[in-house]
Amino acid sequence: MGKIMSFMTRTRAGKGRMDWTDWLTYGYLFVGIVLMFGPVVWLVLSSFKTEADLQRFPPRLLPYAQETVKVEGYDQPLALFDIVGGDHEGRKLAMVRRVGLVAQMVDPASPHERLRVNVADWQPIERISLAVENYTELFERFDFLRYLWNSTFITVMATAIMLLVNSMAAFALSKYRFRGRTTVLMLVIGTLMIPQTVVLVPLFLITHELGMLNSLWGVIIPGAATPTGVFLLRQYMITIPDEILDAARMDKASEWKIFWRIILPLSAPAIAVLAILAIMWRWNDFLWPLIVLSETENFTLQLALNSFQGEMSTQWSNLLAMTVLTLLPIALVFMFLQKYIATGIASTGGK
Amino acid sequence: MYTIVAPVMRIVEIPFAFVQSRLGIPRLAWLFLAPNLILFGVFAFLPIILNFLYALTGGDQVLLGARPFVGAANFQSLANCENVFDPNSCERDLFWRAIWNSVLFVVLQVGLMVGFSLLTALVLNRDIRARGFFRGVFFFPVLLSPVVVALIWKWILQRNGVLNAGLEAMGYMPVLWLLDRQWAFAWSVFLSVWAHMGFYTLILLAGLQAIPGDVYEAALMDRASPWRTFRKITLPLLAPTMLVVLVLALIKGVQTFDEVYAFTGGGPGSATTFIIQYIYQTGFSGAPRLFGLAAAASILLALVLAVLTGVQLWVNRRNVDG
Repeated sequence: MGKIMSFMTRTRAGKGRMDWTDWLTYGYLFVGIVLMFGPVVWLVLSSFKTEADLQRFPPRLLPYAQETVKVEGYDQPLALFDIVGGDHEGRKLAMVRRVGLVAQMVDPASPHERLRVNVADWQPIERISLAVENYTELFERFDFLRYLWNSTFITVMATAIMLLVNSMAAFALSKYRFRGRTTVLMLVIGTLMIPQTVVLVPLFLITHELGMLNSLWGVIIPGAATPTGVFLLRQYMITIPDEILDAARMDKASEWKIFWRIILPLSAPAIAVLAILAIMWRWNDFLWPLIVLSETENFTLQLALNSFQGEMSTQWSNLLAMTVLTLLPIALVFMFLQKYIATGIASTGGK
Repeated sequence: MYTIVAPVMRIVEIPFAFVQSRLGIPRLAWLFLAPNLILFGVFAFLPIILNFLYALTGGDQVLLGARPFVGAANFQSLANCENVFDPNSCERDLFWRAIWNSVLFVVLQVGLMVGFSLLTALVLNRDIRARGFFRGVFFFPVLLSPVVVALIWKWILQRNGVLNAGLEAMGYMPVLWLLDRQWAFAWSVFLSVWAHMGFYTLILLAGLQAIPGDVYEAALMDRASPWRTFRKITLPLLAPTMLVVLVLALIKGVQTFDEVYAFTGGGPGSATTFIIQYIYQTGFSGAPRLFGLAAAASILLALVLAVLTGVQLWVNRRNVDG
């Protein structure tokens, strides 16, 4: 195998030298990084800019903030400028107010003398600074914690219920021979073909009838039994030898104990994969919560973000900060569990 | 976590053991299946049946009992067209716009996605340094939520955005990307490919690595050119994986909703309104809520998806057998 790989992937000009195909490969990968990571990095950098800096065109890479100075006799801190021309060239002045193309400025050292400076002669003094208030405001002015809690609650509960219910079904379908097993299996396969998107209307009715509209449970319960999950777990549990079960039965263990104490721990790898997938699905879910949850206080992060972007399209600073906070948990999960996510997704074919 | 769960599970065991002593072990399977089957029944099978009933009723009531039976009127209304290729001539013009938008979208999106996924998988299959890292780079967007994806690109494409800054630096005029029908559509395709191609790249990469190496050694002996090796060996041996990827991408492409909805809201006008958004708007966000019409539209959608899924299962079976 190693030989094959080295053939398929050898650099053509021999060891250590780069062939044009290698240049092409690394060029492609470089463009890939820029295109795939670039937008996310740009978003994160932008989320630390002040609203004024966000409106600036053309935009700058790093977040800057205007340097300000507290001047005696003025309540607000004043913006600081370098004067590069005119009578006051070389001085650092603070702006009091601006009238057309002329500004009234003061020298912070002698605040009582008003100076007139032409707009063309000044340059704002700026330094790199993170506008952390974009983030803190989310907690103070917006109900961010509430959305975070809703999203977390839905994700955790839905994942836990799904794992339990699906693993119980998978256990029955892999370790018991009973009449109707094939029928049940076929029914489960059947539901694989019906995505939630095509039964929205009746699903809405049922959820409504069960009194779960506008409740987090209305988001959690309808998606709890997934055919994908049953399959993944069943395929894994089949490989667990039946002798272990028989031995436990000899020791008078109940079937529940066998399931809970033997089968579940042995299926840990498959359960871990399914858990990661479930967390991703639920955290990122959009259409079904959009239909079930109509009151703002029940919104998930995704819904809040979507409705904010309508209301606050003129105010990107909080919107970008909220976007970053929404993608952060998934990014962390990704960093730590990258290889499991990859195998998990490849083995289930997504959803 | 375990300290909370363990006692609960021990309590569950008591009634379970009781039922077990009554039923005997084989029939206990049904007890294990029960929660799942109940959930399946209530939230998967029942809706399928109800969907047909809904499609045959009119009005804007939620409760089926309060809805008048209208027969095939919903379907007739959707199909009432002088010329299906001209949405303006249809009673439900938005439905047909959504259909044609979806068709064009799926064709472009799937084509581009499979193309770029294959290219990326081929590149990642070479002997490159830090392959795991690069695999992660292309895969990362798959994890992002649709709303986040939409906002990232909205931010880049806005009037004062970084893309327009680049254009201006090169001496071009800035463009209002999302207010132009064609650009909005093109960017929707792009964004959707950007967000999902990592997933297909991963499957194709697995397919590439499963190709046995001796065929490449034989090709090397025969002094076949790399291009010829690719065409005569890699492509044919990868064909089954390609087929799986193609069908999966089609199934997902037809169901595209959230990222484009958060990105353009279906606009400008109806330029990026796709079939799921039509169902959503008809049944849930508009007034009156035309549940019957939405159900009828979703049955048509289900037919398309059923055919695609049938193909997928068939392809998978053939793969397993072969």
